[in-house]
Amino acid sequence: MTTPRTYSEFSQPLWQRVLLTREMAVIVLTAAVVLYSLANVPNFDGPLTLKFLLQDIAPILLIALPMTLIIITGEIDLSVASIVGLSSVMLGVLHDNGLSVPVAALLALLLGAACGALNGFLIAYVGLPSLAVTIGTLALFRGIAVGLLGTKAVTEFTERWTDLATDTLGSSNIPVVMVPFVVLAIGFSLLLHFSTFGRGVYDIGLNDEAAHFTGINVARTKWILFVLSGVVSAFAGVYYTLRFGSARGDNATGMELQVIAAVLLGGVSIFGGRGKLHGVIAGVVLIGVIASALRLERVTVNVTNIIIGLLLIASVISTPLLSWVATRLPRKAPPSEEPTSPKQATPAGV
Amino acid sequence: MYLHSNRATALAALVLSLSLMTACGSDDSGSDSGGESDGGGDVALTMLPKNLGNPYFDTSTKGAEAAAEEVGAAIEQVGPETGDDPAGQVPFINTVAQQGADGLIVSANDPEAICDAIGEARDAGVKVVTFDSDTNPECRDLFINQATSEGIAAKQLELISEQIGGAGEIAILSAAANATNQNAWIEMMEAELESNPDYADIELVDTVYGDDQDQKSFDQTEALLQNHPDLKGIISPTTVGIAAAARYLSESEAKGKVMLTGLGTPNQMRPFVEDGTVEAFALWNPADLGSLAVYATTALVNGDITGEEGDTFEAGELGEFEVGADGVVLLGEPFTFDADNIGDFDF
Repeated sequence: MTTPRTYSEFSQPLWQRVLLTREMAVIVLTAAVVLYSLANVPNFDGPLTLKFLLQDIAPILLIALPMTLIIITGEIDLSVASIVGLSSVMLGVLHDNGLSVPVAALLALLLGAACGALNGFLIAYVGLPSLAVTIGTLALFRGIAVGLLGTKAVTEFTERWTDLATDTLGSSNIPVVMVPFVVLAIGFSLLLHFSTFGRGVYDIGLNDEAAHFTGINVARTKWILFVLSGVVSAFAGVYYTLRFGSARGDNATGMELQVIAAVLLGGVSIFGGRGKLHGVIAGVVLIGVIASALRLERVTVNVTNIIIGLLLIASVISTPLLSWVATRLPRKAPPSEEPTSPKQATPAGV
Repeated sequence: MYLHSNRATALAALVLSLSLMTACGSDDSGSDSGGESDGGGDVALTMLPKNLGNPYFDTSTKGAEAAAEEVGAAIEQVGPETGDDPAGQVPFINTVAQQGADGLIVSANDPEAICDAIGEARDAGVKVVTFDSDTNPECRDLFINQATSEGIAAKQLELISEQIGGAGEIAILSAAANATNQNAWIEMMEAELESNPDYADIELVDTVYGDDQDQKSFDQTEALLQNHPDLKGIISPTTVGIAAAARYLSESEAKGKVMLTGLGTPNQMRPFVEDGTVEAFALWNPADLGSLAVYATTALVNGDITGEEGDTFEAGELGEFEVGADGVVLLGEPFTFDADNIGDFDF
């Protein structure tokens, strides 16, 4: 972040700085939609809602964690859903050939890491644009996944493990998969918001050449992020496979767009340099709640997609809206030399 | 200027969010009233096909809706927009479990993978009936089976025998050489040709495989006619094969001389029935299938039947049905489509 911007931010009282943010707007909107649905949508207040909702969004929640960091660096990973599919097929094929679920899952995670390492190598060390590279690997990984199993599916998994994927914690309605998610979410939060690595992630997004000159290892940072993205996507693939009890090459097709939509909805700038993990998590939950409530209302998937699409557009528009509101509110100490309207940080390299 | 453009975007955002809220609001109120009338003592059913916008399932849903009106049940169709993967169906099965709706009628995208979700729905008191594609028998209450292998084999022989006058050489154009259902039908047809005196003068001279690819099936038809100059009829028990064979025959000299029958869909076969290439072919009527599923599910929900073998129930115009082994209800023998009735179908 540049110094004059910091000054203008701190010229507002604390409550404004906390409340008038994109993240808080998404959290408030999510809470509002939940309350509205509890009051108005039949059966939304039932005991199964939370369980199914969290099970549905778990893969997106997981993949959104590394995706947030990648988008903050100004890069993108479009191959995540294909890695889900490939790891799903890997798990299925290996299990079909006699490996136990945990061993097969571990190998699937390694494969995910390898996929991410390939992406990261081409982007960070060869210097190719991530958009082009991951469009390529999106097709490549999906092609291998579908090629390995064809139109077949592996559906014979040890019951203990498929049960674990659909089980809840004790007598609560919280699925077991939330445990690894919470652990990962804390890990990624510490990494992004409380470590020098995380500062580097933001600096790269604002200006990666400048970041390089301040001593940040830009290439290594990006490579690590793509490897993390590969591993977490593969983990999501293992969960997805066990939850539905079905390893298929076309599993989770198109999920990359759901993940990216949620990340952007959560307030991460597509140009990099800006965004917070709690906003992203709220973004994923918001989309999940809307989809769940509309399904209970028997609204068709097309209409749900239209509503989520409009919401995404509205959320992108809301950034200038919020900064405009911020400028209209009274300030503690109006800076003398600054213009009345703070300019937005110009995107530093896409 | 800068402030102005910001105000404009702010206004646009406000308008957009307001219109969104009203859009959602009107949706909600609409469905709310519908939902409440569902709960007013009527049986509430949910129809979950493999995917939406598929003419085959549109036809079965139409049949289901007509039957629902007959028995006074409310029925709604939900489902994934595209694809045929179990992951697309599970959220809808979950929703039915949340609603605790009375009955779910589902064409399973996977015999195994959706069982857990169906189990949760049944735990919530939902009666689950599969149609078109079954799950494992222990997962659901009933399966509405469109046709048995025996019925399909017998029907196709009956049609070809009629069309070639009960005597002459015939051949089979199948899908893939290792397709389980195709091979079961072919074996049954071979056995029937051996044993049934009505078919004593019919000789099966060749079985070829088009792999359910249009071009390959087309080429195999051509090869059949060249290798067997006395061929009188072709049976193709696959929708891709019969359409490709019909396309070949309609353009060749053999049109009207070599008869063709098998399993096809009316929309694919319509031009060839109209131009006289094909007299009649078979499949089941998806509308009857959807209708029978509704009668069966309603009987379960009302407690008229429990799904035990030997239970019987009335299904309106379709007549009386009995639950067979493994909770299977058989629609009947395949339906014959010909020039007289093909205009009534759109799938």
